[in-house]
Amino acid sequence: MAADTTLAGLDALDVTDRAGAGARERAARLWAAAWPKLAAIALVGVVWELVHRSGWKKFVLPGPGVTLSNLWQQAQTGLLWHAIGTTLERAVSGYAVALVIGTVAGILVARIAPLRAAIGSLITGLQTMPSLAWFPFAIILFGTTTQTAILFVVILAAAPSIANGVIAGVDYTPPLLLKAGTMMGLRRLALYRHLILPASLPTFVGGMKQAWAFAWHALMAGELLVLIANEPSLGVLLSADQDQTDMPSTIAIMIVILILGIAVDAGFGVANRAIRKRWGLS
Amino acid sequence: MTTTAVTEIAAVSLAGVSKVYGRGGSAVRALGQVSLTTAPGEFTCLIGASGCGKSTLLSLVAGLDRPTGGEITVNGRVALMFQEPGLFPWLTAAGNVELALRARKVPRTERKARTLELLDAVQLGGFGGKRPHELSGGMRQRVALARALAQDADVLLMDEPFGALDAMTRDLLHDELDRVRERVGRPLTVLFVTHNVREAVRLGDRVVLLSSRPGRVIEEYPVPVERPRRIDSAPVAELASVITDRLREEVSRHGR
Repeated sequence: MAADTTLAGLDALDVTDRAGAGARERAARLWAAAWPKLAAIALVGVVWELVHRSGWKKFVLPGPGVTLSNLWQQAQTGLLWHAIGTTLERAVSGYAVALVIGTVAGILVARIAPLRAAIGSLITGLQTMPSLAWFPFAIILFGTTTQTAILFVVILAAAPSIANGVIAGVDYTPPLLLKAGTMMGLRRLALYRHLILPASLPTFVGGMKQAWAFAWHALMAGELLVLIANEPSLGVLLSADQDQTDMPSTIAIMIVILILGIAVDAGFGVANRAIRKRWGLS
Repeated sequence: MTTTAVTEIAAVSLAGVSKVYGRGGSAVRALGQVSLTTAPGEFTCLIGASGCGKSTLLSLVAGLDRPTGGEITVNGRVALMFQEPGLFPWLTAAGNVELALRARKVPRTERKARTLELLDAVQLGGFGGKRPHELSGGMRQRVALARALAQDADVLLMDEPFGALDAMTRDLLHDELDRVRERVGRPLTVLFVTHNVREAVRLGDRVVLLSSRPGRVIEEYPVPVERPRRIDSAPVAELASVITDRLREEVSRHGR
C-alpha cells in the first residue's frame, strides 16, 4: 500500500542509526578529557616545587619529590594497604547501611503525609549538622574500643542525603507519566516499582553522590578522633604522622585520601552519564 | 456520580455531566450539562474553542477526575492518549508496550509475542529495541497507540494526540489509525478531542461541537463521507467549512 511505504520511508528518515565510536575516536575522546586534568596536576606540582625552592617553611614543608618517593615507599609496605582496606571497608559498610535506611525512610516520608510533616524538614536539618558534632555523643554512647561510633556517624551523615534524593525523585515524577501509569492500571506497589522508582533514578543517584561526600568526610573525621588500638586505618596513619611531625608521610596519606575520594566520585559520574544517555537527556 | 460499567448498547454515555473547579466566587464552570451517547465502535470527534472543557471531559470519562454533577457510564475498559506520548524514557518501545500488558496481568509467556504483534500493528515491528528519545514524534505517538491497544481497551480516549506533529506525519497517522481500528478485531470506540476541524471530519463518524465556558454540546454533525477518506478531499473540506463557520459564530459570541 502506498501509505504504508510512505510511513516506512518517513520512519527511516526520522531514525538515524548512530554508528558506535571506533577505537581511534574513543582514544581521542579519552585524551581530550584527560589532558586538562594531567596539566592541572602538573601545574600543582610545579607551584609546589617553586614554593619549596623559595625556602618558605623549608624545615617542615617537603618538596613533591621527597613526598612522592615517601608515598612510593609506603606503597611497598603492607601497612598502607592494610589501612586503605580498613578505611574502605568502613566506608562501604557504613554507606551500604545508610543507603538502605535512607531509601526506606525516603519512601516512607514521601508516601505518608503526616510523616513528611513531622520529619521532612528534620531530614534536611540533619544534613546540615556537621558530622564532627556527633562524635562526642557517639563516643560516649559506643566507646572507642570498636568502630561502632565511627560507623554510627558515617550512617547519620550519609542517610539524609539519600532520603532527600528519594523524596525529591518521587515529588518530581512527571504528572503525565503518573496519569499514563494509572490509566495502564498500575497501582500502589506496582506503581512504585514500575514507575515512580525508575522515574526518580537520576535524582536518586544525585543524592547518592552527595551522600558519599558526606560519608567520606564523616569517616575521615571519625578515624582521626576514634583511634582503635592495633587497627591501622588512614586516619590512624595520619594521626601518627602528625604526632611524629612527619610531613612527607602526612602529605602522602592526604594524597591517598584525595585519590580515593576522586575515584569514587568518578564512579558516580559514570553512572550518572549512563542514566542520562539511556533517558536521552544528554 | 461515578464511572460504572453497565451492559447497555451505549459504549460511553454522559447524562447532564457538569464540572466545577474551585468553590465560591473563584469557581470555574468547565463543563455545564453535557449529554452525549456513543455507540460501540463509533468514532466521535469533540471540537470546540479554548475553554470548552474538551480535556476535562476526557479526564472525567477516563475516571481520572470526578464530575460535579450528572452521570457517566462507560461500557468496557478505557485507555487514554495525550498530545505528548507520555512514554517511560527508561524503557524501550517494546518495554513500554510490554509494561501495559504486564499491568493487566498477561502471562509472561504471551507478552513477548503480543508486544511484537502490537508494534507490528502500528508498523513499528523493527523498532522495538529503540528508546523513546531515539524515535520521531510520530513514531512515539504510534508506540503510545500500541501501548493503549495493549490495555485491551474498548474505549480509546484521544486528547489532541496528533496536535504536536507536522502535517505530513499527521495525515499518515490518520490513515494508520483507520487501519489499526480495522485490524484490532473488535469494535473500538473512540472519543477524539481536537481543535482542528478538518482532522475531526477526516476521522469522525460524528463531530460534536462544544461551546465555551462552560462547555456544552451545541451541535452534532454526522459525517456522511465514505471511507477511505482524505483530509484534502472536497466532501471533507465542505463539511469542515460548515462546522468552522458555526465554531466562529460561537467564539465571536464571547467577544461581544
